[in-house]
Amino acid sequence: MSWLDTFRTGLEAVRTHRMRSGLTVLGIMIGIAAVILTVGLGQGAQNQVSSEINALGTNLLTISPGSTTSSSGIRGGFGSASTLTGTDATALASKRTAPDIKAVAPIASSSETVTAGSSNWTTTVNGTTPRWETVRSRSVTSGRFIDNQDVTDHTAVAVLGSDTASELFSGADPVGQTVNVNGVPLTVIGVLNTVGSSSSSSTANQDDQVIVPITTATARIFGSTSLSSILIQSTSSSTLTAAYQEADTELLNLHGITTASGADFTIASQASLVTTATSVDKTLTILLGGVAGISLLVGGIGVMNIMLVSVTERIREIGLRKALGATPPIIRRQFLLEASMLGLTGGAVGILLAVLGAQLLPHAIGYPITLSIAASAGALAVAIAIGVIFGVYPASRAARMAPIDALRSE
Amino acid sequence: MGVVSVAENVPVIQLDEVTKVYETGSFTVAALRGVSMTIDEGEYVAIMGPSGSGKSTLMHILGCLDVPSNGTYLLAGENVSGMNESQLASVRNRRIGFVFQQFNLLASLNAWRNVELPLTYAGVDRTERRQRAIQALERVGLGDRVQHRPGELSGGQQQRVAIARALVSDPALILADEPTGALDSTSARDVMALLDELQASGRTVVLITHDADVADMAERTVRLRDGLILPDRELVR
Repeated sequence: MSWLDTFRTGLEAVRTHRMRSGLTVLGIMIGIAAVILTVGLGQGAQNQVSSEINALGTNLLTISPGSTTSSSGIRGGFGSASTLTGTDATALASKRTAPDIKAVAPIASSSETVTAGSSNWTTTVNGTTPRWETVRSRSVTSGRFIDNQDVTDHTAVAVLGSDTASELFSGADPVGQTVNVNGVPLTVIGVLNTVGSSSSSSTANQDDQVIVPITTATARIFGSTSLSSILIQSTSSSTLTAAYQEADTELLNLHGITTASGADFTIASQASLVTTATSVDKTLTILLGGVAGISLLVGGIGVMNIMLVSVTERIREIGLRKALGATPPIIRRQFLLEASMLGLTGGAVGILLAVLGAQLLPHAIGYPITLSIAASAGALAVAIAIGVIFGVYPASRAARMAPIDALRSE
Repeated sequence: MGVVSVAENVPVIQLDEVTKVYETGSFTVAALRGVSMTIDEGEYVAIMGPSGSGKSTLMHILGCLDVPSNGTYLLAGENVSGMNESQLASVRNRRIGFVFQQFNLLASLNAWRNVELPLTYAGVDRTERRQRAIQALERVGLGDRVQHRPGELSGGQQQRVAIARALVSDPALILADEPTGALDSTSARDVMALLDELQASGRTVVLITHDADVADMAERTVRLRDGLILPDRELVR
């Protein structure tokens, strides 16, 4: 019996039992669509987080202070030490010692309550230099950003994030107005552009912050000269590693540290931030994918169940076909083909459903869904495999049936 | 393809001391206790016997649906006693045309698709299958019912479709198991006439029945009782 004839026979059997075949296909379809959509959802979330992190600036390295160990042996947490100073930032900006570093922005940061008239708002106050604007790839939508003169003169000025501005001034133009931080009155000189509020907790809301000149921050507001971080931008993406090395060597020298393991600072790249931030999403994707996979397994068991029912229901047909000359391998092939047809159809419809879902769902849940061709192809292969694997047992049962027993059954 | 040329002098069926023993748990049942018989090409033989006589078992063995426990069975000169399932399937396909009491047509297929089934398993291509199936249907007088499904045909017509299916592969043996058992007397007469006609055109027909009237239509009657063939003289009585 040719493959074409086997295929035709299988197709006829599937068509004859439309309702039953349809329900089986439904099971596989839902499983496949669920797997593709969960993987797509996880992928979408990861892409979103990494694009948010990349939006913080390109070719960026973040230097953070290391941990401290007090004389009593108590070890402070990451970033608790005040080992980074303005001197470090100045040294790193030197073209001679660090040719691959394009820009350096020291940041002294603290959470403060900002008041304007009768409104007050707790937000992050970042003291930094004009370089911050380029390093972070930001701009101001009204007014101006802080300049070198402001830094030199310890000017009492502030640039507000767009969310901060609307919280404090509720729509009124803040430029020229005065805000109070820690009793220091600051004149608002500009408002930052809006980058969109971050939906993940891995990055702080970039639209809610106050930027002041670093000298104003350390000398007049915080009363401490230590830096919370230093941002470094390399000259290009290919020199990022070199910039990392230069910064590392320079800081070890400046801090008089001889072993790399004794470093009192940490340098993190965007890539490492992305990895850390997306690891949670990855875990979640695996978890949800696992649940979806189980529904796919249930769909597969559905195929097996239906095929077993089909074999039992068609005992007489199998007996007749055997009497007329169908060998056991031919019968097995026919039932296997039927099962894989159900799997394939379920898989194909499931992919269609997933594509449709990927278009509609983001509107409802507000999360992007990234469908990958590899995941879809994989799911289709799994669907066919499910049809074949779960079809093997029913098919071999049909093939083993003795023709007389099969013919006798009523 | 499908046409079996049986050499001169080789009988279609040659049974030699065939036994069949069924083992059901702790006890065994001997359904056939040593049956020897020869049926030549072109013969029309009725196998008769009450229920429990072993005639169904004999039919299964003759039809290569089962193998004997002991003894040898030559079908058109080919020893089928020790064959495995796939080999038996091939022998059934090439040598035997079945006619069953319950017709055993597939309800989802129309007449010609039912008739072509043995040719499908013989690997004949679709165009030739269709052509030969329609010829066989014309042969049994159903040339105008080619596209009808079994549900749209009367019992007699269904049995004639089944006979067309038995003929289509040009088998050495047509094995009919109570072919009139599920039919009214008019349809039964039609079917018997058709079998008669087939035998007249040179086919070998073996009929299994418990109905003496049906058996009388055959040239020769073999009577079974308790798993043994009764001597001819008991028939006369």
